[in-house]
Amino acid sequence: MEELLRMTALELGSIIRDGKVGVKEAVQCCQKQIQKSEPQIGAFLLTDEEKTERRVKEVEEGIRQGRYTGPLAGVPVAVKDNICTRGMKTTCASRMLENFVPQYDAEAVRRLEDAGMIIVGKTNMDEFAMGSTSETSYFQVTKNPWNTEHVPGGSSGGSCAAVASGEVWAALGSDTGGSIRQPSSYCGVVGLKPTYGRVSRYGLIAYASSLDQIGPVGRSAADCGALYEILAGTDEKDASSSRKAVEAVSGTKRDDLKGIRIGIPEEYLGEGTDPEVRQAIEKAADLMRESGAQVEWFSLKMTEYVIPAYYIIACAEASSNLERFDGVKYGYRSPKGEGLHEMYKKSRQEGFGEEVKRRIMLGSFVLSSGYYDAYYLKALKTKALIKREFDLAFQKYDCILAPASPTTAPKLGTSLSDPLKMYLSDVDTVAVNLAGLPAVCLPCGMDSKGLPIGMQLIGDCFQEKKILETAAVYEKLRGPFPVSWKEEM
Amino acid sequence: MSRKIDDATMDNVEILAKLALTPKERKKAMAEMEKILDYVEKLNELDTDRIEPLVHILESGNVFREDAVVNGDGKEEALANAPRKKDGQYMVPKTV
Repeated sequence: MEELLRMTALELGSIIRDGKVGVKEAVQCCQKQIQKSEPQIGAFLLTDEEKTERRVKEVEEGIRQGRYTGPLAGVPVAVKDNICTRGMKTTCASRMLENFVPQYDAEAVRRLEDAGMIIVGKTNMDEFAMGSTSETSYFQVTKNPWNTEHVPGGSSGGSCAAVASGEVWAALGSDTGGSIRQPSSYCGVVGLKPTYGRVSRYGLIAYASSLDQIGPVGRSAADCGALYEILAGTDEKDASSSRKAVEAVSGTKRDDLKGIRIGIPEEYLGEGTDPEVRQAIEKAADLMRESGAQVEWFSLKMTEYVIPAYYIIACAEASSNLERFDGVKYGYRSPKGEGLHEMYKKSRQEGFGEEVKRRIMLGSFVLSSGYYDAYYLKALKTKALIKREFDLAFQKYDCILAPASPTTAPKLGTSLSDPLKMYLSDVDTVAVNLAGLPAVCLPCGMDSKGLPIGMQLIGDCFQEKKILETAAVYEKLRGPFPVSWKEEM
Repeated sequence: MSRKIDDATMDNVEILAKLALTPKERKKAMAEMEKILDYVEKLNELDTDRIEPLVHILESGNVFREDAVVNGDGKEEALANAPRKKDGQYMVPKTV
């Protein structure tokens, strides 16, 4: 079992294909590890053994009949609980959707199943993906597998903790302001935020539609690449999905980084960045330089404006997207309140948590008459300036190297008391969403407390191949990253 | 500095956000919003007079499709999620 757990998703897929291990065996191995580590970690909101059992049979048959031939056929996968799964509760970790059962699958889920993957459960997250620690979940707190006194990060904290604790080989997350990359960094796993529009958002419960993007979490860049190839592509059900052909990211193997130009933005490693994080990034840069990359520091202007622009835009869109939760068609309805409008207001007051309400109110304010130009429009203009700085940077560099967070995972219970302080901790991730860029986050070291440090490789739009190839070479240079769980004696 | 979120503004925010806050929640929300807005006003340092607002990252233009039903009925499944229903319809409190 230990041997299976330590494999990458692609390795597991390969031995399943060769018939060396059965689909059932792989799923049982994953379920056993879930049983073992869930009491400490709490990554899952739901696992459905019956459904999984039926699906195992279907996949076994599908592989035998040659219907599922992809590299990840038979591999178990977890899905963040803001991504709709037909017939399987999808709660967004909110009281509002505590009993919501979608009547359709998200396009990303459909694609995983078409590739023969097996969804074993739904993972915890910050409520409606609003938060940076997974602590705003209405249901439970997820712990960091490396040290259970610390947060796993957020909002895809459940997906990242599940992969980091060996409960599953891969998972889906979503990233609106860093929600795949920051928890990947805190949990020591690999997470990819694809270019905006590259993966269909159909069936992703919307937070901020111009920024939201679904992406994979795994244990290697190659795993994320394989999942990316499954997920990426045009979907007519998502009008914002890109019509551009998807470039294959697997297959071509690079041995070194000759000719790759990497820029490190000074602003991302300045004051406020933990010295141990800085050292880890510098060490990674040295390794890549030795492998032939041209690495240099540069100034990425506008960095100090990314947080204000992000929170204005994200809250504005959230306030609009979350209008749909009115206690009528689905979701929580308060028994209190006379008349329709009072019912709406009470249902929303009782159904949403504090952080969600804060963002809805901020968004309502910045969009309101008299303030729209001063806040919302100003933020959209700032977004244009931020995008311009990235355009300039990508004229000089193939990849931008930066941390995914100024620190390693904070302790549980220390982040929610000051919302502004929590927002500021997203400084290394939100610009990528504002500019629509792809970025992969992968582990590059450990701090003195034994918590993982992650680094981002950011690429220009649609340059997933470039960043994933660079990440794969870096993984070889770095060597194997340890696992968080203890082996069975 | 003048307060941006006074009682009248907050009344309007609650109407727009469709939220009925408790007095305690309201007081806390007003103070936090004030603090966050003070911070985001950092954007006023930027001269954006000649900058076009950027809404869509990818230039795609409008996307059209035929207005045809492709996903079947699904009425029962959809109603299954309704907190209250009657005779195949959503049920809401008295409105008039």
